[in-house]
Amino acid sequence: MNDHKDRSNSKQPQSCHPQKQHVKDNKKSGSRFWKELVKGIIVSNPVFILILGLCPVLAITNSITNALGMGAGVIFVLLCSNILISSIRKATPLIVRIPVFIVVIATSVTILSLVFEAYIPPLYKSLGIYLPLVVVNCIILGRAEAFASKNSVLLSTADAVGIGIGFTIALVIISLIREIIGTGSLEIFGRQLFKLPGLSTHPLIFFISPPGAFLVIGIMMALLRLLGVMKYE
Amino acid sequence: MNNLLTIFIAMVIINNMVLAKFLGLCSFFGVSKKLSDAFSMGIAVTLVMLIASVSTSVIYNYILVPYKVEFMNIVIFILVIASLVQIVEIVIKRTNIILYNAMGIYLPLITTNCIVMAIVLINSAENYSVLESIVNALGAGVGYTLVIIIMSGIREKLDLADSPKSMRGLPVAFLTAALLALAFVGFNGMV
Repeated sequence: MNDHKDRSNSKQPQSCHPQKQHVKDNKKSGSRFWKELVKGIIVSNPVFILILGLCPVLAITNSITNALGMGAGVIFVLLCSNILISSIRKATPLIVRIPVFIVVIATSVTILSLVFEAYIPPLYKSLGIYLPLVVVNCIILGRAEAFASKNSVLLSTADAVGIGIGFTIALVIISLIREIIGTGSLEIFGRQLFKLPGLSTHPLIFFISPPGAFLVIGIMMALLRLLGVMKYE
Repeated sequence: MNNLLTIFIAMVIINNMVLAKFLGLCSFFGVSKKLSDAFSMGIAVTLVMLIASVSTSVIYNYILVPYKVEFMNIVIFILVIASLVQIVEIVIKRTNIILYNAMGIYLPLITTNCIVMAIVLINSAENYSVLESIVNALGAGVGYTLVIIIMSGIREKLDLADSPKSMRGLPVAFLTAALLALAFVGFNGMV
C-alpha cells in the first residue's frame, strides 16, 4: 500500500485544483485513487459490464492494430475530458453542463484526429470515420456526467485511465479472437507475430467481416453470463 | 440523377448503417423490442438526420470550406446537432402533441446517437453537395428504419422462444443481428 501511496503522490503536482482538500486526507484518497483505477478494468468494465460504446467495439475489432489505436485514442480523449471537466466543475453552471461537456469532448477529439492524421496516417485511414465518432461515444460523456463533474481532478484521472484501459482490454480480447480465426495469423503494426499452419491458408473470413463481429460479441456475452461475470437481465 | 440513385441504394442496403457500419447500435438493440416503438424511432432518426444533414452541409460547404476551417467540423457539427434536436423537440411539442407523445422520449436520445453524427461526417468527408447530402441522409434513414423494423419483428417472436437462460435478451439479439447482417452481405457488389 505504501508503494501505491508514493506513486499517487508523485502524480499530485499535475492536479493543481483540489490540492488543499487533498493534503488533508492524503492516505484515504491514495487508496481511493487505486480503487477508482482498478474499478474500470473489471468491476465496471465499460464494454462487458456496462455495455457502453458498442459501435467502435464491433467496427474496429477486425484487427488488433486498430483495436490498440482506438484504445489509445479513447484513453487520450477520456483523460483530456475528465481532467478538464473536473477542474472546471465548480465554475460550470448546472444548466449548461452538458453543452460544456460536449464542447470539451469535441475539442479533445479534434486534437486526437489531427494528431493521428499527422503522425500515424495508416492508422488514421483504417480507423476512418470511427475516430471522429469517439465524440459521440457514450462512455466519454457518461464518465464526464457520472464521475468527473462530481470528483476531484486526481480521482477523475484515475477513473479515466481505469475505464480507458478496461475499454482497451475488451477491444484487444475481441480483436484477438476475430483476427486469429479470421486471418489465421496475428499482425501488430505491420509486424507478423505468428501464423497458424492450417488456418492461414484457409482462413474463416466470416470472422473479420461485419456479421462475424455480431456473432463473436453475442457468444462472448453469453459465455460471460454463464461464468457469472455479467449479470442476467 | 443516376449518381443520386446510387448513393441512395448504397446507403439503404449495401452500406447499411446498422448492419455493415455498426452505427446506432444502442438504439438498435434498445428500442427494437416492440414493433411500434421501433417504427417511431426509425421515423424520428430519419427526420433528425435529414434536418441535420441539410443544415450541416450548408454550413460546411458555404462557411467552413471557403474560410478553410474544415478541421473545426467535429465541434461545429455536434453543437449544430445538439441544438437542432432541441429545436425539433420544442417545435413538435407545440405543433403536434400526438406526434410528440409518440416519439418524444426518443428525440433527446438521438443527440448522442452516433448515426446522426456519422452521416454528417460522411457528407463532409465525401464532399457531398447539399442535394447529395439530403439523399445520403434519406438513404441512411430508410436503411435504419428498415433494419430496426425487421429486427423488432424477429425479437417479438424471439421472446416466446425457449432459448437457454444465458442467451436470453442481448446475446440472442446479437446472434440475430449476425444472421441479418449475413443476409445483407448478399447485396454487396450490387452497385
